[in-house]
Amino acid sequence: MRVRALVVLLVLAAPAAAAAATADQVTRGLHLYGRYCSSCHGPNGSGQARSGSTRAGGGPARDQQVQAGLGPPLVGVGARAADFYLRTGYMPLKRAGLQPRRSRLLLGPQEIDALIAYVASLGKGPPVPRPRPERGNLSEGQHLFTQHCAGCHQVVAEGGYVTGAVPPPLEDATAVQIAEAVRIGPYVMPVFSERQLSNAEVDSIVRYVQWAKHPDDRGGWSLGHVGPVPEGLVTWFLAMSVLVGVCLAIGTRLRG
Amino acid sequence: MIRKAVRFVDERTGTAPFLHKALRYLFPDHWSFLLGEVALYAFIVLVATGVYLTFFFADSTHQVVYHGPYAPLYGQHMSEAYRSVLNISTTVKAGLLIRQTHHWAANVFLAAIILHLFRIFFTGAYRKPREITYYLGVTMLMLALLEAYMGYSLVDDLMSGMGLVIGYSVGMAIPFVGANVMEWLFAGPFPGGESLWPRLYVAHVLLFPILIGILLTAHLALVALKHHTQFRQGRGETEHTVVGVPTWPGQTPRSLGLLTAVAGVLFLLGGLVQINPIWLWGPYHTYSSTNGAQPDWYLGWLIGGLRLMPGFDVVIGKYTLVPNAFWGGALFPLVVFGFLYFWPWLERRLTDDASFHNLADRPRDAPGRTAIGVAMAVWVVLVFVAGGADRIDVLFGISYVGQIWVFRVLVFVVPIVAGAVAYRVCKELQAGEPVEKNRHRAEVEARRYA
Amino acid sequence: MARAKDWLLSGLVLLLGRGRPQPRPGTPRVVARQPPHPRAELAVLALLGLSSACAAAFVVVYAVDRIPAQTQLLGLALGLSLVFLAAALVVTGKRLVPTEQLAEPYPPPGHPQEQQLVIQSLDEGVDGITRRRLLRLGLLGAGGTLALAAITPALSFGPLLRTAPLYRTPWRRGRRLVDESDRPLRADEIEEGSFYAAFPEGADKEEQGSPLVVVRLPPRQLALPGDLAGFDADGIVAYSSICTHAGCAITMYRSPKFAPVEPRPALVCPCHYSTFDPAAGGRVLFGPAGRPLPMLPLRVDGKGFLRAGGNFSGAVGPAWWGVRLRGAHS
Repeated sequence: MRVRALVVLLVLAAPAAAAAATADQVTRGLHLYGRYCSSCHGPNGSGQARSGSTRAGGGPARDQQVQAGLGPPLVGVGARAADFYLRTGYMPLKRAGLQPRRSRLLLGPQEIDALIAYVASLGKGPPVPRPRPERGNLSEGQHLFTQHCAGCHQVVAEGGYVTGAVPPPLEDATAVQIAEAVRIGPYVMPVFSERQLSNAEVDSIVRYVQWAKHPDDRGGWSLGHVGPVPEGLVTWFLAMSVLVGVCLAIGTRLRG
Repeated sequence: MIRKAVRFVDERTGTAPFLHKALRYLFPDHWSFLLGEVALYAFIVLVATGVYLTFFFADSTHQVVYHGPYAPLYGQHMSEAYRSVLNISTTVKAGLLIRQTHHWAANVFLAAIILHLFRIFFTGAYRKPREITYYLGVTMLMLALLEAYMGYSLVDDLMSGMGLVIGYSVGMAIPFVGANVMEWLFAGPFPGGESLWPRLYVAHVLLFPILIGILLTAHLALVALKHHTQFRQGRGETEHTVVGVPTWPGQTPRSLGLLTAVAGVLFLLGGLVQINPIWLWGPYHTYSSTNGAQPDWYLGWLIGGLRLMPGFDVVIGKYTLVPNAFWGGALFPLVVFGFLYFWPWLERRLTDDASFHNLADRPRDAPGRTAIGVAMAVWVVLVFVAGGADRIDVLFGISYVGQIWVFRVLVFVVPIVAGAVAYRVCKELQAGEPVEKNRHRAEVEARRYA
Repeated sequence: MARAKDWLLSGLVLLLGRGRPQPRPGTPRVVARQPPHPRAELAVLALLGLSSACAAAFVVVYAVDRIPAQTQLLGLALGLSLVFLAAALVVTGKRLVPTEQLAEPYPPPGHPQEQQLVIQSLDEGVDGITRRRLLRLGLLGAGGTLALAAITPALSFGPLLRTAPLYRTPWRRGRRLVDESDRPLRADEIEEGSFYAAFPEGADKEEQGSPLVVVRLPPRQLALPGDLAGFDADGIVAYSSICTHAGCAITMYRSPKFAPVEPRPALVCPCHYSTFDPAAGGRVLFGPAGRPLPMLPLRVDGKGFLRAGGNFSGAVGPAWWGVRLRGAHS
């Protein structure tokens, strides 16, 4: 009886405890935000879109004018965006205008949790998605990825180039991060909403991207799955060196 | 037994004198003279593996739905051609091995031809009396490029489909006649009529191989009739005397050894190193594309040419005189091949030398030719590298747009510099030889008195 | 048993121990004598043995389905078999047969006497003909026209003179936009920040005139040139997705998250990176394209579906000599 009562108490107390933990987290997050984020994203995530100077030399394909202290507002971006940018190391960004890239995490997991809780508290926003790649269809994923993503990320997600940015290879992306990126559209990536790509379709895309990390390489050494450039290197530096070597073994050389 | 066979053949064909000459025909045996053979043997592997593939390929762009064993494409629409190659790669036993060997052989074929061309060019082997042999060779290079392009385009996968539309567009960009010729060739506007694929297929498996075969036979016959060039190697070689190893017994095992080595390397590559994994690219659609698409390396110089051009069409009134794709895609290769075809004549005019040459020059012996050849080669290679500038941006973070600007200048400045450097190097090497000879003589003398 | 051994032994002796045919005494040698290299012979035999083993392995791997990595093992087996054979042949060439360095004269540069005979034969053969030049002209004419006639059927490969099909697209006023699965597109499903592929309802999607790339921009960001004014439908713009440079499909949309520091929205082609401005009528921002992207006028029908308001602003696809002569037509 006493054990049962204890269990019931714990069960009832858990959400309260969780809520309490979140409140602590939010406070902690506020302090971290102040230290690492507010210089660009402004107080309370209000964003900073102007710092009083004009854009200089902004060409069509070059990074726009870089000014310290410019960042988008974070009100309503939700836990989803914070989770994505922080767990990939996209944020903090060294300089506004640089393309965010996957980097070493400067903050520990608990600090990241705190920041996510704070950003989520700034306004009602989407939660961290829970993709189910095992429910996705590999062929549907291949097709959707080819139609919507391969133009930038290359058909087996080896990454590529678009004028002014470098869509990254996706070999380190987790299922959650893929689902997040599709919905967020970081940097110059388009934003694919649920109306355009349903959650089930995103499951298929995630399944495909995960498959593409170790695709079918039945032909042998894969050379990076990027096509003819490494194949040409193998032709010249491997095949032709060997064959010229054979010619040298068979023939004579110039003397004197 | 051999005695009986030889007598049988001679009594019925009268070829004993020819056989004797053939068996004792002399091959100058410098190693660089074997590069042409490497190309020949790669061609043999191409034909052998190619014939096998023709038994499985379906030359139709009729759309079908895939229900085969490769899961990522299950249920997708694709052409019969693509499906048949998927089939070869996944279901037919040894199919992928043969297919990959075929593609590696094409790559090695072209690389060997180019190395062979360098040897011919830089040793002046194209001079009288071997001009026809040379023209046949340059023509075969052009045919081989087209043949290889058609070969990998037949698969109708996403990457090669993009390459095909680019080829079509370059053709369209030819002034005055481009659109007419391309519509004629493609049986209508892109993606072409129903007869396009069978047409491409017949060209690739019948017309071009026969053409190349005929030119190759003439090329080899001419080499044999006029005998090979040779380097001066201090064994009695002169303009009138050829020194070498006879076909039998010396050259035969060597040549057969080279044949089996080439075939062996190609099959090893075909089994161990993946090439053109078309199942990963997926089928081609006019409305689909992927990042990072590149042509095979031997056409990489053209993608560089296309990417380097600033964006303008030459327009007069409403007539588009020179669409943009013409410069990098058509004019550039025209200039390069034009140079190759005209060079023997140009050299004859510049050096005022129309005499017979059986001795091969060392590159240093002809500094002008070497310099110009180096400059042309560096030009082509730089444009080729510029074609990969996007990948350089992805790997090393150097701005693509910046690279394009820099390359636009480099591709004209660096070849001139390289040519000048090559010229100086040749001159210095030449100047160094008598010094080297004197030094050697002095050392020999000194040793005598030691 | 003993009989079988005898037979086997005599068989082996017959195969291996047969005497070589001796040349007739007194005839000079044609080929130089090569000193024996018994060790090299053993090496060659070993290499040939290895080659046979690998070739046999190829057949075994081929036959036994259960063996995995078939392509790799088959390639290894066949490749090594050939490589061992190559090694055996090269050793044979270098050690077992003589490498004679012989000299002989090059063939003569020309044969003046035979040349003269050839020229004379050709000349004298037609000696009796008086109107030589005229007949030659006639022959050339006949031959030339015959050759022309012979290649004329090749004209039917494709339309050589009709360039009208190059201006034709399946779009016409009122045609609905559908996605790849033939579902009609609604204006309200086109959201800012993303890009959509669209096709004419009921048409062949593979025609170059069919595929569109559709994006929505805030109407105040639009700066369409005069002749394209009103081509948008409340900020939704549609362009041909076939690049005007070399015909690749434009499947990249650069969509900035934070405009002050990121490059502006652009449609980019993955082949040679031609970059087009969707807010300014498909103007070329960067890259080798010489022509802006053709724009399709859009309108929203009563039920909210997107429809074409006409044909493209210009001919679709890569440039050719007449690409600016006429506009696109249905």
